[in-house]
Amino acid sequence: MSLSSSLHVERETGLIEALDPRSRLIGAAVLVAAIVSLHTFTARFAALGLAIALVVAARIEPRLIVRRLAHLEGFMILLLIMLPLTVPGQPLASFGPLTITDRGVERAFGVVLTVNAAALCVFALIGTLEPIRLGRAMAALGVSERFVRLFMFVVRYHGIFGVEIRRQFESMRARGFRAGVRRHAFRSYGNLAGMILVRSIERAERVDEAMRCRGFSGRFPMRRIRSMTFADALFAAFAALMVITLVGLDRFA
Amino acid sequence: MNELITFEDVTIERDGACVLRDVSFSLAAGERLAIVGANGAGKTTLLRAMVGLQPITKGRIFAFGSQRKVESDFTDVRLKAAYMFQDADDQLFCPTVVEDVAFGPLNMGLTDEAALARARQTLTSLGLGHLADRLVRRLSGGEKRMVCLAGVLAMNPDVLLLDEPTNSLDAAHLEKLTETLQRIDKAMVIVSHDRPLLDCLATRALAMRDGQLFPAVLHRHPHVHEHGHVHL
Repeated sequence: MSLSSSLHVERETGLIEALDPRSRLIGAAVLVAAIVSLHTFTARFAALGLAIALVVAARIEPRLIVRRLAHLEGFMILLLIMLPLTVPGQPLASFGPLTITDRGVERAFGVVLTVNAAALCVFALIGTLEPIRLGRAMAALGVSERFVRLFMFVVRYHGIFGVEIRRQFESMRARGFRAGVRRHAFRSYGNLAGMILVRSIERAERVDEAMRCRGFSGRFPMRRIRSMTFADALFAAFAALMVITLVGLDRFA
Repeated sequence: MNELITFEDVTIERDGACVLRDVSFSLAAGERLAIVGANGAGKTTLLRAMVGLQPITKGRIFAFGSQRKVESDFTDVRLKAAYMFQDADDQLFCPTVVEDVAFGPLNMGLTDEAALARARQTLTSLGLGHLADRLVRRLSGGEKRMVCLAGVLAMNPDVLLLDEPTNSLDAAHLEKLTETLQRIDKAMVIVSHDRPLLDCLATRALAMRDGQLFPAVLHRHPHVHEHGHVHL
């Protein structure tokens, strides 16, 4: 039994899940790079179509997509307001001192299309990856071991710190603390943050000790990952075809 | 030689205060030594000193036939005398259960396959086979404690050092842990407040008071008594 096959914790469904995490990481990077290089609206709409297709293939719950995109659209609204007013071009309309330009509107919609297409690609290819498998894929692609370890520790311990913060905050409220813009409230938040920091350091020291007690000497022995499959070759060909099509559409259509 | 670990007049000072004072004792093979005492009496410090996590101020520590002084002396002690931490979340740092249990064996130089096989076998022997592929952060408190035990047992140590093993366990896991520990044929040092656990496990007891060790009487006798208890 190989190591990686024993670590597929989540059940695999959908076309995207059949792919190796490494090809998904590389695929996402290449597709996003291609998408942000596009200039024409035809190509950008095509990219958005491709991204939506990937999301469908990944079988992500629509509700989840909407929630994730909502974080993004806040910034997009800011751009939709700012860019038409600040980019120089032919005036379309004026409101007092403010002028909306044709180039500005074009730029704003272009950016919104590009960002959404890129984000959907990332959601479909990387967002569906269990954090552990993402960490393993990064390690296999030569990302520094320290960074991968940090990432893995975050995966393991962020929940525990969340619980500690919540518990501390509840005990503050149990003694009558109310949030607000007051000196006392700010000082209490400061103490809370300080306490969590101190506890985190102590926790880190204990984890280190527990690791040394099991013979840890600074290197992690687990390194193996399963080899790529035919599905990954197909995906590589598909991604390459998409990049060529998008860039070709952008330059020559 | 029958003694696995011996302390000779060990004194430990921390922040100017004396935590352990002239402590001497030995742990013999096959013995299950209970250490009891109030909170802050120095029980955990004693356990930490046994595996070199706590530097000593004075005295000598012998383990598995030789004197141990510096960090590097303790590397092999830690594999033979496996320390189970009080807080399971300190010990379980890997994302998945099987990886965490395989961590010790891998550090001992086993191959991926051998370490994983050992991990699964250990989990199965403790009746935890179904947890192997679960994520550690989704385990219950009792399950975490049992996985911790699997993690130290997978190293096949000669001695188990248990720091409050039954802390915050529910009744079902308490029973399971007690029964499991009874089946394990290894020397143990058990630091605990849990009298029922010590009653059925320990073969000898020492009491710790103000940083010093005193022999404690461990006796078994039938009881006729009256007490209130909760019925569920």
